[in-house]
Amino acid sequence: MNFSGLIDNFGPLTVAGLAQGAIIALFALGYTLVYGVLRLINFAHSEVFLVGTYACLIIWGWFGLDQNSARPDFGAMLGYMALGLVAAIVVSGTVALGVELVAYRPLRRRNAPPLAFLITAIGASLAISEFVGVATHRNQRGVPPIIQARTVITIGNTHITNLQILIIALALVMMFVLDRFINGSRLGRGIRAVAQNPDSAALMGVNKSRVISLVFLLGGLMAGIAAVMYDLKIGVTKYDAGFLLGIDAFTAAVLGGIGNLRGALLGGLLLGVLQSWAAGLFGSNWLHAAAFVLLVLILMFRPSGLLGESLGRARA
Amino acid sequence: MSEPHMDTPEELDRMNARPIDEPAPTGADQILDQGVRDPDALLEVDHVTLRFGGVVALNDVSFSLRKGEIFGLIGPNGAGKTTCFNAMTGVYRPTSGAIRFQGQSIVGKKKHEITRGGIARTFQNVRLFPEMTALENVMVGADAHHKTSVISALFRLPRHWQEERSGRERSLELLEFVGIRRRAGDVSRNLSYGEQRRLEIARALATNPTLLCLDEPAAGFNPAEKAELLELIRRIRDTGVTVLLIEHDMRLVMGVTDRIVVLEFGKKIAEGTPAEVRDNPAVIAAYLGVPTDAA
Ligand SMILES: Nc1ncnc2c1ncn2[C@@H]1O[C@H](COP(=O)(O)OP(=O)(O)OP(=O)(O)O)[C@@H](O)[C@H]1O
Ligand SMILES: [Mg+2]
Repeated sequence: MNFSGLIDNFGPLTVAGLAQGAIIALFALGYTLVYGVLRLINFAHSEVFLVGTYACLIIWGWFGLDQNSARPDFGAMLGYMALGLVAAIVVSGTVALGVELVAYRPLRRRNAPPLAFLITAIGASLAISEFVGVATHRNQRGVPPIIQARTVITIGNTHITNLQILIIALALVMMFVLDRFINGSRLGRGIRAVAQNPDSAALMGVNKSRVISLVFLLGGLMAGIAAVMYDLKIGVTKYDAGFLLGIDAFTAAVLGGIGNLRGALLGGLLLGVLQSWAAGLFGSNWLHAAAFVLLVLILMFRPSGLLGESLGRARA
Repeated sequence: MSEPHMDTPEELDRMNARPIDEPAPTGADQILDQGVRDPDALLEVDHVTLRFGGVVALNDVSFSLRKGEIFGLIGPNGAGKTTCFNAMTGVYRPTSGAIRFQGQSIVGKKKHEITRGGIARTFQNVRLFPEMTALENVMVGADAHHKTSVISALFRLPRHWQEERSGRERSLELLEFVGIRRRAGDVSRNLSYGEQRRLEIARALATNPTLLCLDEPAAGFNPAEKAELLELIRRIRDTGVTVLLIEHDMRLVMGVTDRIVVLEFGKKIAEGTPAEVRDNPAVIAAYLGVPTDAA
């Protein structure tokens, strides 16, 4: 164990962990939203994220950008960012809706038992990632240098980059917007009504199918944003990128209290930071193992997650 | 999550013994069961049978409601009263028979469509949205009639705000109407039992119903609370809403209803004014648990 490594690099490790955690948190929202309303773990959500990581690369490719391109100037960077975000959001949102329509809705119509949904979820997840794997010959694809990561704030030995700030700020802003939407709008009220009592919600005039579609769509939008941030941060993507980070995101959702939006944010940030600390303490090979031991310990004391389970519990 | 099996209306038509849009055959038993068909009926339950496996919860039940009346549905435990509500609101699909509301078949329609079409209900065991405030609970009902799209809600366009504001005002008025306005901001699971029952009525009224179905709204009430509830039901009727009331307390039903149908073991055993029903030997037997001939 390398205590001095952790202590000496406490600042940088924490900031790096927060940035990673912000991506995990945005990703985790999709698991939590769907679970909150349907009590279903949508394993295909990891592929909703995956297609987002490719969607922005493809759009940038249309403009002639690849990993060897020159860095665009500031104005062009803003344009490319907007374009990449829109592409990822649209594609991830569409795939999320498609998964719901093709994989889950027919089962719901037939009153299928929960296990059937679980199998379909895993099947949809594998099918999409394998499709991407075959289409890309299982090669990884590099990300064009849209943003030049450079230090903008220095506190002691902690250098915070513009990219880290962008990622963390975007996650916080999206969380805030989503929280306002769920807790302060008519559609959000419908979502909470279905989450709290699906049968009486329908009998009060709530269109359950629309609420369910909306929830998948919202999860897809957030995953799309997370996907672009992931590309910019990691620099490459691959057909199994969704699977690996998806486990982190699902874990974060459970850690914060699945079904709970603010829990997803807290769980994501916490998991990111824990992993980063674990890497500093034990070496990066131990990143996942150490973080998961801590996760198990936390769940032993708070079995329903840090903030509890309910999507309806607005004032957690 | 138990969403009952939903087929397209066409499929349902085919599956039903009789196509639901066709008028019921007029035979001797029809006249016997229903008397003369009332063309002005608001709701017609037409030879409805509903089975759960071997249990026949409703057995060829027919009755019809007229606009503006308070109609009682009574009967001993397990008689099929709640099942009747469930069939009317799209929770269960009748095994056979038709249900028409304002002349249109509602069998096979989705629950939210039936609600938006004008039938609202409360539940025998309170089913609120426990983590929402009383006001939000009512607003969910009010939302049923709002038109703004996902887009305008996401971007919070002015039209969305305007509907939100009017829904809010109307919901507050309804809380006032049922007498719990001061609890508007409280989370509904913290309301007293009586307040929760009133909140359910307000939430149902918020969907702007033509027909309000109340499933034992006075269950667990003391006499004073029951008297207040009667008063509330009359006020609801006076606003032009037709009321269908399931109730165990005979005195309460007799006092407020215009007409009554009595169910026993899923069968209709009597229909008429409170006075007629009260003196009906079959009803007395059903309630006292003695055979008809001994009553
Ligand atoms: N979902 C169901 N599955 C199987 N049987 C059911 C179901 N719902 C109701 N039943 C049965 O149908 C019959 C009628 O029940 P219902 O709840 O309609 O009676 P009720 O008149 O409302 O009685 P109570 O006064 O006790 O509320 C009962 O025998 C009941 O057990
Ligand atoms: Mg009942």
